[in-house]
Amino acid sequence: MKKIEAIIRTSKFEEVKDALRQVGIDFFSYSDVTGVGNEIRKGELSYRGTVYDTSYIPRQLLTIVVRDINAKKTVDAILKTARTGVIGDGKIFVSSIEESYRIRTGEEGDDSLYNK
Amino acid sequence: MRKFVLILLMVITVSVANFAYAGTTKLADPSGTSTGNVNDITAVTPGKPTQSEIADQVGHNKVAINMVWVLVTGFLVMFMQAGFALVETGLTRAKNANHTMAMNFMVYALGMIGFFISGFAIMFGGIGSLGTLGGFGGLSHEFAINLFGHTFGLFGTTGFFLSGGTYDVAVFALFLFEMVFMDTTATIPTGSMAERWKFSSFAIYGIIVGGLIYPIFGNWVWGGGWLSQLGSMFGLGHGVVDFAGSAVVHMTGGVLALVGAIMIGPRVGKYNKNGTPNAIPGHNIPLAIVGCFILAFGWFGFNSGSSLAGGDLRISVVAVNTMIASATGAFASMIYMWWFKTKKPDPTMMMNGMLAGLVAITAPCAFVNVLSAALIGLVAGVLVIEASFFFERKLKIDDPVGAISVHGVNGAWGVLSLGLFADGSYGNGWNGVKGTVTGLFYGDASQFFAQLIGVITNIIYVAAIGWVVFKIIGFFTHGMRVKVDAELGGLDVPEMGIEGYSGVKMDKNSETPLAR
Repeated sequence: MKKIEAIIRTSKFEEVKDALRQVGIDFFSYSDVTGVGNEIRKGELSYRGTVYDTSYIPRQLLTIVVRDINAKKTVDAILKTARTGVIGDGKIFVSSIEESYRIRTGEEGDDSLYNK
Repeated sequence: MRKFVLILLMVITVSVANFAYAGTTKLADPSGTSTGNVNDITAVTPGKPTQSEIADQVGHNKVAINMVWVLVTGFLVMFMQAGFALVETGLTRAKNANHTMAMNFMVYALGMIGFFISGFAIMFGGIGSLGTLGGFGGLSHEFAINLFGHTFGLFGTTGFFLSGGTYDVAVFALFLFEMVFMDTTATIPTGSMAERWKFSSFAIYGIIVGGLIYPIFGNWVWGGGWLSQLGSMFGLGHGVVDFAGSAVVHMTGGVLALVGAIMIGPRVGKYNKNGTPNAIPGHNIPLAIVGCFILAFGWFGFNSGSSLAGGDLRISVVAVNTMIASATGAFASMIYMWWFKTKKPDPTMMMNGMLAGLVAITAPCAFVNVLSAALIGLVAGVLVIEASFFFERKLKIDDPVGAISVHGVNGAWGVLSLGLFADGSYGNGWNGVKGTVTGLFYGDASQFFAQLIGVITNIIYVAAIGWVVFKIIGFFTHGMRVKVDAELGGLDVPEMGIEGYSGVKMDKNSETPLAR
């Protein structure tokens, strides 16, 4: 089993979700994350006459646990759809998962995953 | 099935009721044309009133119209407290929401208590006859001093606790109306000193502003005091003329806000080491904009009600001047920010622009024509932005909501603009001076000088008494300002004991910018 963590642009979330569904990845969790990095929102914000910059970068973090055989197509789907070519498109991290259980039934390993 | 039975029952009920009404139409008057006739005039012989009975009824009705007008517009002005609460809370941070809201709430009660105890007596105790409300003359004691052979009225001395021969319907109507005006002044400094003012310190201030600070200046202009006598004593126009309170209400609040903000200092993180300001965005712009609308709505009561007479038909001109100036004020602010400043039509500045236009037109609303009103609003919209930049960047005075620029600067502009633009179509006999109120551009320069004296007097008096009062309060509450920890973590829990938004996660520290 692999855990795929992808940090993507919030504006790309809907497209990525669609692409994942098309390759059969229907179940995953996601959350809003804020990061700090090279990208600075310069001159974009102004309040009562003060134009200011912020280094807070909003992104979405997808956490997807899949069977080994599905790992590649999941990664490919994200790579293809989340890319804009501009700095700040995000990252994908893949790591191995040792054990997994479904709480309701007690199933283990691959059987416990929704994504078949 | 049950539903159909119920519907049938409803239809039957309505039909029966309709039928029952149909039987009694002889007495009912659905068109309203025959309701109110000779039978409604109070007379010894019903239906056959004598001439003097008719005259009594007409006089009673005239005062009744005026009193209803004063009361209803007073209720509108009371609602402006809600507007102030929303504007100030929307333009400040989420972690202080409860504290800001609580100040705006309690200032209504605390100020009213002060005004009840002594404020009303000081302000109106010597006004003399209440002309539009029936002419009651019980408020007749003005403490005055003699200088240069003239009598300078300083403060009134009847009506403490609304007692001592003032148990009169006209006095009570006036009290309600003037009390809500006072609360407008009282709530202005809570904006400029928001997010760092100790609640204990604020609470004492609330009573003193209503009981002492506001009423004294109010007496000088509205209660028969010396500023209103400048015309009759020295020939300066009609003395200081301030129809609805650009100076009495707004400038007093604005100057207090200025003194308070200077004494309490800027919020943590507002200024960097080199003196440049950081933006501290308000947490709820929608709330602030709703508040601005409530204020604009209440302002119809504020300005039109200041005629103290529903029978004074000038009120339609007053109301239209008020709305036109609010529109041009908002428009000027929008364009000025958009084209010349940040290249964005800054919403909080548009709001400030509308409020600035309203503040500026408050004094001249009854005396100027509508084109002047539009111009006064336009100037106010630009002035409020330049003033807020000046206070923020040049003088390093932190004013979270722009209270000083909106109420102080534009209050002054409003009073002066009356001296410039009054077109001589209204105000015959104002402050006991014959003729109508006429400004510099229409031929009476002395009126402008009177207005100028009013503005200067306001600044000197309010700044001085404000400084003394804040110093004394600070002595009793060990400083007016909360501790730094409380400011960083938000005042809601340390000062009020409960969050404004319990159960909502927020990153309180990130709401304070890092001063570099």
